[in-house]
Amino acid sequence: MSYSDILIKSAYLLGAILFIIGIKRMNKPATARRGNQVSAIGMLIAIVVTLLQLQIITLPEVMICIAIGSGIGYYVAYKVKMTQMPEMVALFNGFGGLASLGVGLSDYWFKSIENGMVIDNITLVSILLSVLIGGVTFTGSYIAFAKLNGRISGNAIVFKGQHILNLLLLLASCVAGGFVMWQQDMILGMYILAAISLLLGVLVVIPIGGADMPVVISLLNSYSGMAACATGFVLNNYMLIVAGALVGSSGIILTDIMCKGMNRSLLNVVMGGFGQTSATAVTVGGKSDLVVKEVGVEEAAILFESASSVVIVPGYGMAVAQAQHIIKELMELLLKKNINVRFAIHPVAGRMPGHMNVLLAEANVPYDRLLEPDQIDDDLSNTDIVFIVGANDVVNPAARHDKSSPIYGMPIINADKAKTVIVSKRSMASGYAGIENELFGYPNCLMLFGDAKATLTKVVNEIKEM
Amino acid sequence: MTVEYLIALFYILILASYCGFELISKIPPTLHTPLMSGSNAISGITIVGSILCCNQLGYTGASKIMGMVAVILAMINVVGGYAVTDRMLKMFKKQ
Repeated sequence: MSYSDILIKSAYLLGAILFIIGIKRMNKPATARRGNQVSAIGMLIAIVVTLLQLQIITLPEVMICIAIGSGIGYYVAYKVKMTQMPEMVALFNGFGGLASLGVGLSDYWFKSIENGMVIDNITLVSILLSVLIGGVTFTGSYIAFAKLNGRISGNAIVFKGQHILNLLLLLASCVAGGFVMWQQDMILGMYILAAISLLLGVLVVIPIGGADMPVVISLLNSYSGMAACATGFVLNNYMLIVAGALVGSSGIILTDIMCKGMNRSLLNVVMGGFGQTSATAVTVGGKSDLVVKEVGVEEAAILFESASSVVIVPGYGMAVAQAQHIIKELMELLLKKNINVRFAIHPVAGRMPGHMNVLLAEANVPYDRLLEPDQIDDDLSNTDIVFIVGANDVVNPAARHDKSSPIYGMPIINADKAKTVIVSKRSMASGYAGIENELFGYPNCLMLFGDAKATLTKVVNEIKEM
Repeated sequence: MTVEYLIALFYILILASYCGFELISKIPPTLHTPLMSGSNAISGITIVGSILCCNQLGYTGASKIMGMVAVILAMINVVGGYAVTDRMLKMFKKQ
């Protein structure tokens, strides 16, 4: 090993260590920002060291590409609204996947087609995996992006034989890969593999409905890590393997947390179509004779005013209505009147893990007021008001006792235990699971109908006048 | 690549995954979105691979173009991911 080689390898090692330290620091909000910066420095070191190995002839082109990519990335990162975060993460994820596909193809092309070299089997398998996982990650993330920002319907798209088709395509990709293994200059096999991987990504994500997106995004995140890992095997680069493994495990853990939050298996989520079938089952069951009590703006204001503790349960509806800022105003107003205000956030609320927390942080709600369901559960029976904004299935008591309910067994926020429950909702439409929420018919539950932002603004004004 | 070398790579893969599992399971739900965008930025490490792909001696047309496209994409992922994570984490404040 030459000196420059030792230097380069050591720098990669340093980069990998910085990634690990960076992630370690992410475990507390107070140190998280520094952690992210440490990880970014690790990346910078890796990139600079890699650039130092470049031949002078290729340097300008690479530098131009780096400048273009950085410019776009930076621009998008500062332009994006916090409510668009889920789709942005999905989109960037897709780019990572496409980059892995590009690296795999490029390496194959260079060695096999352009220079007629023989690629050893292990490297070739890594290339094939890099292409396959990268392709699935790319189109899968793109579909998730399009679903999240409404370019295509967020509903699950299901058709007969979908799973069999996916399975056949996966088999076909193995066959195509096998052909390339058998005869290395078989470009057609590579073309077919790349095409199938792109198609698979689309087909795997379309049957998954909007509220299952947290699982899908986490899973795709994990894929992008695995794709980076495969690329590491192609290029025999330890740092790529370490970084890819970190991302891969991060995605798997988040996926697991999301699935547990819904009490569903990963297989059940990935098979898709959740909510569509159960909706009909319930109407047939004829449970739709729920009698709800409505509450007006003034009355709601009086209730808030006379409470001594309030727990707010936000859901995806809060993000849609952009109600986080007005909720923050409500919180401040109540705090001034010595009313204890806290937030209970369900792990699957919103469209990605931690979605609600980011929106509330954006509205300057301090993070120590945001609690997990377990942390607040004991206090709920002593709470005067639980205020539900745009959440539905995660507060449905049917999850506790109704064995026939599709959400039976899902851990919920036991909002019904509070003295009074106020629900801000646009209409009586059911939540993602397509079932009616029996909570709305409970004697202690009051419905505050209307757009969350508009009605809350009125409530806040009422309280101000008191 | 020899099988022996492959096994060494697997050692790294498994130890790093274990390390990742240990570290990430301790991250509170409040930080899950920044964790995702931050780890997303880390997965942009394929940038190293794509730069190396641009640099093979004697490369021509197709492999070069693909390498360059990969550089741009990975760089969007890296810079965008870190910048947006920083922007988010800046907002997390204590009482």
